[in-house]
Amino acid sequence: MRRRIARRYAAERRFRWLGLGAIVLSAAFLFFLIITMVMQGAAGFLETRVQLPIDFRAAELNVTPEQLRGDRGDLALAGAGLEGVVDAAAGAAFPTAGGAELLSDGAWLRVRNAVKANPALLRQQVVIDVPVNSDVDMAFKRAGTPAAERIVSAMGDRLSSGLNHDFFGGADSSDPTRVGIWGALKGSLLTMLVTLLIAFPVGVLSALYLEEYAPRNRWTDLIEVSINNLAAVPSIIFGLLGLAVFLNTFGLPRSAPIVGGLTLALMTMPVIVIAGRNAIKAVPPSIRDAALGVGASPVQVVFHHVLPLALPGILTGTIIGMARALGETAPLLMIGMRAFIAAPPEGLTDPATVLPVQIFLWSDEVARGFVEKTSAAIIVLLVFLLAMNGLAIYLRNRFETRW
Amino acid sequence: MSVGALFFVVIVLGLIGWFVGRARAIALRSSRTGRFSALPGHHGWFVALWTTLPPLLFLAIWFFVSPAMVTDAVIATPQAASLPPTGFERSAILSEARNLARGEAFGAFHDLSEVLAPAYAAAQRRFDWIATALAAILAFAGFAFSYLRVRPQFGARTAVERIVMLLLLGASLIAILTTFGIVASLLFESARFFSIVPLIDFLFGTHWSPQVIDPRDPGANLGAVPLFWGTFFIGAVIAMLVAIPFGLMSAIYLTQYAKLSTRRWIKPLLEVLAGVPTVVYGYFAALTVAPAVRDFAVMIGIRWASSESALAAGLVMGVMIIPFVSSIADDSLAAVPSSMRDGSLAMGATPSETIRKVLVPAALPGIVGGVLLAVSRAIGETMIVVMAASGVATLTLNPFASTTTVTKQIVDLLTGEAEFDSAKTLAAFALGLTLFVITLLLNIVALIVVKRYREAYD
Amino acid sequence: MSHKINAHNVNVFYGEKQAIRNVSIDVDQEDVTAFIGPSGCGKSTFLRTLNRMNDTVASARVEGDIRLDGEDIYSKDMDVVQLRARVGMVFQKPNPFPKSIYENVAYGPRIHGLASGKAELDTIVEQSLTRAGLWSEVKDRLSDSGTALSGGQQQRLCIARAIAVDPEVILMDEPCSALDPIATARIEELIHDLRGRYAIVIVTHNMQQAARVSQKTAFFHLGELVEYGDTNDIFTNPREQRTTDYITGRYG
Repeated sequence: MRRRIARRYAAERRFRWLGLGAIVLSAAFLFFLIITMVMQGAAGFLETRVQLPIDFRAAELNVTPEQLRGDRGDLALAGAGLEGVVDAAAGAAFPTAGGAELLSDGAWLRVRNAVKANPALLRQQVVIDVPVNSDVDMAFKRAGTPAAERIVSAMGDRLSSGLNHDFFGGADSSDPTRVGIWGALKGSLLTMLVTLLIAFPVGVLSALYLEEYAPRNRWTDLIEVSINNLAAVPSIIFGLLGLAVFLNTFGLPRSAPIVGGLTLALMTMPVIVIAGRNAIKAVPPSIRDAALGVGASPVQVVFHHVLPLALPGILTGTIIGMARALGETAPLLMIGMRAFIAAPPEGLTDPATVLPVQIFLWSDEVARGFVEKTSAAIIVLLVFLLAMNGLAIYLRNRFETRW
Repeated sequence: MSVGALFFVVIVLGLIGWFVGRARAIALRSSRTGRFSALPGHHGWFVALWTTLPPLLFLAIWFFVSPAMVTDAVIATPQAASLPPTGFERSAILSEARNLARGEAFGAFHDLSEVLAPAYAAAQRRFDWIATALAAILAFAGFAFSYLRVRPQFGARTAVERIVMLLLLGASLIAILTTFGIVASLLFESARFFSIVPLIDFLFGTHWSPQVIDPRDPGANLGAVPLFWGTFFIGAVIAMLVAIPFGLMSAIYLTQYAKLSTRRWIKPLLEVLAGVPTVVYGYFAALTVAPAVRDFAVMIGIRWASSESALAAGLVMGVMIIPFVSSIADDSLAAVPSSMRDGSLAMGATPSETIRKVLVPAALPGIVGGVLLAVSRAIGETMIVVMAASGVATLTLNPFASTTTVTKQIVDLLTGEAEFDSAKTLAAFALGLTLFVITLLLNIVALIVVKRYREAYD
Repeated sequence: MSHKINAHNVNVFYGEKQAIRNVSIDVDQEDVTAFIGPSGCGKSTFLRTLNRMNDTVASARVEGDIRLDGEDIYSKDMDVVQLRARVGMVFQKPNPFPKSIYENVAYGPRIHGLASGKAELDTIVEQSLTRAGLWSEVKDRLSDSGTALSGGQQQRLCIARAIAVDPEVILMDEPCSALDPIATARIEELIHDLRGRYAIVIVTHNMQQAARVSQKTAFFHLGELVEYGDTNDIFTNPREQRTTDYITGRYG
C-alpha cells in the first residue's frame, strides 16, 4: 500500500514537471528567438567607416565655395563631379585595399553632405569618415571573407564603427550598406492609418448595432456568422480579395498604402467587432436602465453611456487588431507591396512597401550583409509591436471594470 | 479637386451646416415656450448629416469606380487605338501612362505611354470636375432640404437617430459585403480556372509543377494532391505534434498548479509569443531551425535531407500555435465545474490523477474544438512556409524531405510578373477557394463542438 | 374625479408566457400606491409597463389600455422618451452613472433641454438634490463619482436624478431591497416628503413598508391583481382569502 502511494506521488511529481517543462521550453524558445535577433541585428544599426583623406585643392572640382552658398548650391554641387573625386581619393589612399572598391556606394554622399555643411572645405585638405563596402563591413564586425579579413587587418585603426543614421532615414537599396527602414516604416504607418480610419469606426458601429439594437432575425444571424468566420479566414485570402476586387475590378493603384490599408482593414474589422461586442456586453444593464429611466433615447443611451464605458475595452481590442495588422505580410504580397521601392512613399497612392514585407524581401537577398539588416528591421518591428501590446495590457489593467 | 480634398471640403460644409441649423432652431424657439421634442443641437446634427452624408457616400463610391471609368475614357480616345488588345502589356502601358499623367514617373518604357499620358491627364481632369460638381450639388441639395425642415415642432432628434441607426446597420453590412466579396471573387476566378483545367485533374492529380504548363493538357501539371498532402503534413501533423502537448501541458500547469503570481507574468509571456509576426517566425525557421534540422538529419544518417524540410516549417509553426492551443485549453479547463474536481480530490485522487481522469476528459470537447481551430489557423498560415518550406511539390511521409503547401504555392503563383488571365495565376484562386472552404468547414465544426460543450456546463 | 394613471385590462406576455392577466388599476395624483405580492407575481412587470420600460425587452408584448392624464401611452403618437421624462423611475439596485454626482443629476435636464444655461442647470441640480435629501451630504463633493457614495446615498442620488427632469409620476421598483434598515428609513421618510408633489408608485416585497408609506395598496398574485384598495383596508380587513393568507405569512 505504502509503495503504491509512493508511486502515485512520483507520478504526480513527474506530471507537474511535465507541465512546468512545457512552459519553460515555450519561454525558452521565445528568449532564444529574441536573443538571436538581437545578437544578429544589433550590428545592423552600426556601420563601419574608413578615414578618407581628400585634398580638395588638388582635385579638379568645377565648383567654388561661393557657388555653394547661393540657393543654387545643390545644382552646382550635383554637376561638380564629386563622385569621381572621391573615387580618385580612395584609389590614392588605399591602393592595396581595392581603392574605390573599398567604399560603400553611398560613400560620396557623406562627402557631399560634409561639403554642403561647410563649403570652406573645398579649399582645404581634409579627412572625412565614409562608410566602407559590405564585405569589409562584415569582416570588421565579425567574420568576413578571407580577402576582406586581410583588408581589415591591413587597414588597422583607420577603420571605426558608428551608428548608421542612414538606416533610420533611408529606404530599400541593392547595397546592404545603404539600405534603410524609413521607407518601409513610413509605408507601414500610412497603411496602418488607412486601416485604422476604416476598421475602427466600422468595427465599433457594427459592434454597437449587433449588441444593442439588432433584432433577432435571419439577417442578424447572417451578419454574426460572417463576422465570426471572417475573423478566422486565413489572411492570405484577404490578399486574394484585395487583388481581385481592389486591383483588378476597381483599378486602384498597385503597391499603394491605400489598397494595403483597405485590405488589412477588412481583416482587422472582425477583430474589433468581436472585442467591441465583449466590451459592450460587459457594461452592466443597470446603466442602460438608468439612462432610459430619465428619458434618454436608445441612441443617447448608447452614445452617452454605453460607448464611453466600453471604450477602454474597445481600444484594447483595436490595438491588438492593429498590432496584428502591422505584423501582417502575406495579404500585402498579393497586392504587389513586394516591389523594390527605393524612395519613401509621399502619399497614400504612391508605391510603397511595409516593414514585415521589407523583412521578407531582405531575408531573400543573397548578399551576406543583408542578414544583419533583416534582423535589425525585425528588432524595430518587434519594438513597435511590444509597445502596442504593452499599451493594450496597460489599458486593460488600468480601466478594468469598476462596477 | 481630388477625392481627398473634396472629402475635407464636405466635412467643413457639414460643420457649417451644424451651426446654421442650430442657430435657426434657437431663433425659432425663442419666440415660443413649452417642451420641445428636440434640442437645437439635434437640429444642427440633422442639417450637418444631411449636408455631409449624400456627398460622402457619393465620394466613397466614386473613389472605387472612377479609376476604371477614367481608363475606359482613355481607351476610347483615338490615340489608344494602337494598344495591344489584352494582356499584361496593355495594362503595363496604361499604368505607365497613368503614372506619367500624375507626375509620379518621368520617363516611360513604352512609347505609347507617352502618347497616352496627356489623354489620361485630360480624362482625369474631366472626371475630377464631374465629381466636384456632383458632390457640390448633393451637398447643397441635402442642406436645402434639411434647413427648410428645421421648425420648432419638427422631431429632429428622431430624424437624426433614424439616420444614425441606418449608419450602424450599414457598418454591420460591410461584414456581409466582405464575405460576399471573398466568395464571389474566389468563385469567379476559380470558375475561369476550371474552364481551362478540369476539376478532376486539379483535385485528384498527383503532379504539380506550374512552371511548365502544356497548353494542350494544362491539367497534367496542375494536380493539387501533393499540395494538400504537404499542407496537411506540415500544418495538421507536425505542427500539432508540437502544439498540442506543449499547449495542453502549459494550460494544465497554469490553471491547476501555478501560483497566481506566476500565472500573472506567464500569461503575458505567452501573449507575446502569440504576437510575434509570422514573418519573424519564418525568418527564424529559415535561418536557424532549417539548417539545424538538416544537420541533425545528416547526423543520424539521412544524407539527402533537404534544407527546406517539412519538419523545420512544421516545428516553428507548432511553436507559433502553442499560445493559441494553450489559451483555448485554459478556457475549457476553467469551464469544468469545480464540483467535479472537488469530488475527485475528495476521494483521495492526486491532482494529476484528477486532471487526467476527470478534468481533461470533461474538458475534451472544448479542447478538441480548439485544436480544430488551431489546425485551421496552421493550414492557412503563409509566411513560415513561404520562407522555410520548399517550392517543390512531393508526396512524401519523410519529414526531412522537402514539401510545399497551398499557401506557399498561392504566393509563388501570384508574385511572378505573369499575365493575370493565365492558368497559372488563376490556379492561385482555385487553391485559395479550396483553402477557404476547408478552413470554413473546420471553423464551423469547431464552433459547433465548442458551443455544445459550453451549453453542457452552463 | 380623474385619475393620474388609468390602466384597463392590461395583459403582458413574454413570448408565449403570460406575465400579467387582465389587470385594471387607477393611480391617483396625491397618493403613494404600493404594489405587493410574492416574488414573480408580476408586480415589477406591471410597474414597468407604466413608463414602457418593457419596450426594451424584445420578447415582451403589452395589450390593453394605459392612460396618463387621459393620454394613451401605447399609442403611436406617444414619444417614449417624453413619456419617460414624465414618468420617472428608480430601480431595485442603486444604479448611478459612473460619473460625478453633479453629472448624474444634470444628465436628464441636459438631454431634455430643461435648462438654458449653466446657472439654471446648477439650480435644478441643487433643488433636486435638496428634495432628495442629499444636498447637505454631497454639496461639497459634487464632482466626486456617484459610485463612491454609500448604498443609501446612491439610491437617493437616483431619486434626485429622477426628480431633476421634473416628472409627474415616480415609479420605484423595490427601492430599498439592497439597503440596510437605516438607509431604508431615510428613503421611506423621503417618499413621505415627496408625496403630493409627485404621484408615486412603489413596488415592495416588504408588507410593513407598504403599510408605512402608502395610502393605496394593490396585491398581485400569479400575474393577477387580487385586491386593490386603501392600505388600511387591505391590511386590516382584506376581502380576499389569498390576501389574508399572504399578509398573515402563509406564503410568499
